[in-house]
Amino acid sequence: MTSQLVLIALLDGIAYAALVFIVSVGLTLIFGVLRVLNIAHGSLYAVGAYTAASFGIWIAAAKISPWLSYPTLAIAAAIVGITLGSAIERLLLQRIYDKEEVLQLLATFAVFMILDDAQRLIWGVQPYFAATPLRLLGNVQIGAVTYTVYQIVLLPVVAVAVLVGLRFYLRYATSGRVILAVAEDREAARAIGINVSRVYLTTFIIGAVLAALGGSLASPTTSILPGMGTDMLVLSFAVAASAGLGRIEGAAITALLIGLGRSVAVYWAPELDVLVPYLIMTLVLLVRPQTFQSRRI
Amino acid sequence: MNVRGLAGLILAALVVAAIGMWLPWTRTFLIIAMSKGLAALGIVVLLRAGQVSFGHAMFFAAAAYAAGFVSRALGGADIAVMLLAGIAAATLLGLVVGMFVVRYRQIFFGMLNLALSMVLYSVLDKFFNITGGSDGLRIRRPSMFGLVLDRNDFDLALVFVSITLSLGATIAVLVYFASPLGQALRAMKSNETRLEYIGVSARLVLLTSYIISAASSAAGGVLLAALQGLASPSFSYWIQSGEFVFIAILGGAAYPVGAFVGAFIFEGVRIYASAFANDIWELILGLVIVVIILFAPRGVVGLAVQMATRSKGVSRSDATGVMAGVTPAAGDSRQ
Amino acid sequence: MKSLLIAASVCVGMASVGLAADKPNELKIGITTFMSGPASVFGVPGKASAELIIEEWNRKGGIGGVPVKLFFVDEGAGTQAMLAEYRRLVQEEKVDVMLASISSGNCQVVAPLAEDLKVLDYMWDCSTQRIFEEGKYRYVYRPQSYGTPEMLSTVLYVLRKRPDLKTIAVVNQDYAWGRDSWQLFSTALKVLKPDVTVVAELFPKFGAADYSTEISRLQALHPDVVLSTAWGGDLDTLVRQANQRGLMQQSLFVLPLVESSLERLGNDLPEGVIAGARGDNYFLNPEYKDKPDFKAFVDAFRKKTNAYPIYPVFHMAQSLFALRNAYEKAMVANGGQWPSREQVADATKGITTEAYSRPITIREDGQGLADQLLGTTKRDPKYNFAVMDDIAVYPAEKISTPVGKMSVEWLKTLEPSILNMQVPTYKHPM
Repeated sequence: MTSQLVLIALLDGIAYAALVFIVSVGLTLIFGVLRVLNIAHGSLYAVGAYTAASFGIWIAAAKISPWLSYPTLAIAAAIVGITLGSAIERLLLQRIYDKEEVLQLLATFAVFMILDDAQRLIWGVQPYFAATPLRLLGNVQIGAVTYTVYQIVLLPVVAVAVLVGLRFYLRYATSGRVILAVAEDREAARAIGINVSRVYLTTFIIGAVLAALGGSLASPTTSILPGMGTDMLVLSFAVAASAGLGRIEGAAITALLIGLGRSVAVYWAPELDVLVPYLIMTLVLLVRPQTFQSRRI
Repeated sequence: MNVRGLAGLILAALVVAAIGMWLPWTRTFLIIAMSKGLAALGIVVLLRAGQVSFGHAMFFAAAAYAAGFVSRALGGADIAVMLLAGIAAATLLGLVVGMFVVRYRQIFFGMLNLALSMVLYSVLDKFFNITGGSDGLRIRRPSMFGLVLDRNDFDLALVFVSITLSLGATIAVLVYFASPLGQALRAMKSNETRLEYIGVSARLVLLTSYIISAASSAAGGVLLAALQGLASPSFSYWIQSGEFVFIAILGGAAYPVGAFVGAFIFEGVRIYASAFANDIWELILGLVIVVIILFAPRGVVGLAVQMATRSKGVSRSDATGVMAGVTPAAGDSRQ
Repeated sequence: MKSLLIAASVCVGMASVGLAADKPNELKIGITTFMSGPASVFGVPGKASAELIIEEWNRKGGIGGVPVKLFFVDEGAGTQAMLAEYRRLVQEEKVDVMLASISSGNCQVVAPLAEDLKVLDYMWDCSTQRIFEEGKYRYVYRPQSYGTPEMLSTVLYVLRKRPDLKTIAVVNQDYAWGRDSWQLFSTALKVLKPDVTVVAELFPKFGAADYSTEISRLQALHPDVVLSTAWGGDLDTLVRQANQRGLMQQSLFVLPLVESSLERLGNDLPEGVIAGARGDNYFLNPEYKDKPDFKAFVDAFRKKTNAYPIYPVFHMAQSLFALRNAYEKAMVANGGQWPSREQVADATKGITTEAYSRPITIREDGQGLADQLLGTTKRDPKYNFAVMDDIAVYPAEKISTPVGKMSVEWLKTLEPSILNMQVPTYKHPM
């Protein structure tokens, strides 16, 4: 029985870990390159979810093929990430790179607040539910438990694709290596003629798209409500901080750990499930601060 | 600290007291603003060393719950007992947490505080049978220094208690800033290594300021809990910590009185904007702080000081006087 | 001398008129309800109900000839914000009556506050039994159903349908109502069927958007019955997710608050689920659906909101009608003069109100006694959502805690003969 429970806990944890990873890798990338902790990341997640849900509802109402709801998940993420991402970076972040850290943090917190109200004004305050992408893929039975294919196959696959794709891009594509160069030494990069400002914009957009992707992928699994960004945000902080800000593979491992830790806790000590991510974060920061401090991407 | 500045503070306190006396419906607003101001004052103290804590809500919450537990154990307590219990508990927590936390700086300092406050939040939220869970801990209305008052008188008395605490805390912080330890705090911000060279332990300096900031936040937490009759887990949520930082910068992080100015503005907008349209107060405040960050990073008080010096042509140290000491801390360009 | 006497008597006459309050320009009522977040699907219809009823009353002059003005407070903004706004309405706006709240957690904080502020407060929707069992109130009343009869009637109905029940699990929201309702249900169940095993007690966060882990666990444990007193968006999400993964076919689901989700869930709620309505509130209430004023109300509500009324809608009606009755009773006792708050508060005791459901009497501890309607979900092609069949209506006096007793203690003294209670039953007309 116990091995079955472990398997169940694993499978539950995987879907959760996949989403958390996708969101936190964007956060960690932005910090690694721009040295800004983007609190608005949570809003990008939420707006991504709302946009994907709106597309899903529109598709259902227009009675076109429900299979189109899958590409719309990616399209929603792209639209939100690119438009909001560039708006935030160009209109605000660009002007505060030279300011004190607390002011930068507060600026992204302000964007978070503004977008929070914007969500309510645009989409209202009632919950949205657009589960077609989840339903279409059907269920799979493992032991006594039925899972949705979406949660235990599609989400982890996308997460792995993001991880591999990001690493490939940063290591082998020219623009990716330029990003790494700027992260490592901004002044030297500028000295050899790299347009640092453009690199910042590109990186922020990538991060924003990833946050929105997390949201749009999450949207079929849950009801979309105002405030859905706040819990996900602090969780991605926990992952990014425990992994070491700027570390991509670390974020994947930590997301998995935290996701599994949480679902295992639900089985053995349900009172502790919300505690797990923050305990891990605290312990890592206290015990291995070097992890946190190294900034190599 | 000069006499003018002190007089100004006392005048402000009297004005607030008068508003509370003659306009009974403002009492709730005043108490909430001062409670958040006390918490933001804690942030101001730490900002003097250039550190920002994104988890100070944990002291706000710890004090509120400690006061609540004591009240529950005694079957109802006096406000003095609640304040003592709450502030003592949270200050102790500040000492314990501070000993670990002062090894870190900048983002790491902020994140560790965040993590700890979220651990506390989770505990408060989940242990329903002990803490009341997400509904919070109900607190019986305390007596006022031995007197059992009816609701209206209680609210007024609480306004006076809040004013006393706020005034006292502001003056205490100003004295602290002017003292050698407080000066060392500023030195930490500009060059910590040099501080160590002259034999001053930076960690000890930061720890002192951390404990003081915890005590200030604690006072705020007890006041809010006494007013609402409730301590909730949201007192410890990261957004509450963010609000305290927001208020400190809004008011002017270089000025202790800025914490209160920021709090009055913040709570004023929140309460009165919500009465008109529920979904714009965050938008308004968000835009305001962006404007402040871009154009007036010294906050509202900083702006006022700037205008005062410009228009009066008075020497800077005279006008800022009690408020800043020498030069403001926040708003300087990064080293 | 004569003119002096006349002047004196005129003065005395005017003074006595002044002693009784003049009729105000308007009667201000503040209402707290969920207008944002997952519970808003529940709270917004409550708001619409108030608006509908008051609009009609104001057309005819209002309450006691005084037009009513409504103020709404959002419980979805959190308890702290709600409390601040509650006080502002009472102290600054000077409302005469508050209707608060939906959340049991909020009611527990609001009740002592209302008593403190000396403002009349009708708890129009919250269900926790604790309030009148743990305190005495002059200004706080509950003109609607509450947890003990709801849970007890559910136990009786479940045992009638599944007398051989062996294992049960609970998935309740982690707050006052979720915890209290489980305590009531499990105490009653243990007394009436001692050999039942509880295989899991899960309390996900109020407002949780995802129950995947809870569902997996329940599938692994395979209980006969799954109970959930969740409501609003939380219940909607739980049902959708559980239905998607087949849990609702494996275990018998008992959802005492699902009447409020029937229409929203559409085809996501399968047949055979045991459903409750927190009172006998149901737009197809077999004893009321053919009555003209009931039909008129259902139609008017549907016209206003494009949806059938759910139990918060009926609860709002029950509170408003009770309030009107209390004002009228107080005015009669006051010789036709406008009553003071205290007079209205005291008049609330003992009144009986019939507002689109069986009459509810408010007894001397402030609690209303509402009969309980339970049913089993069934498909009817006339509606694109599940309706209730095999309806049973349980009388309140037989299943409510006697005044002065604590519910949990009283439930432990139940006799098994209560299982034989004869109640009217109705089938859904196809």
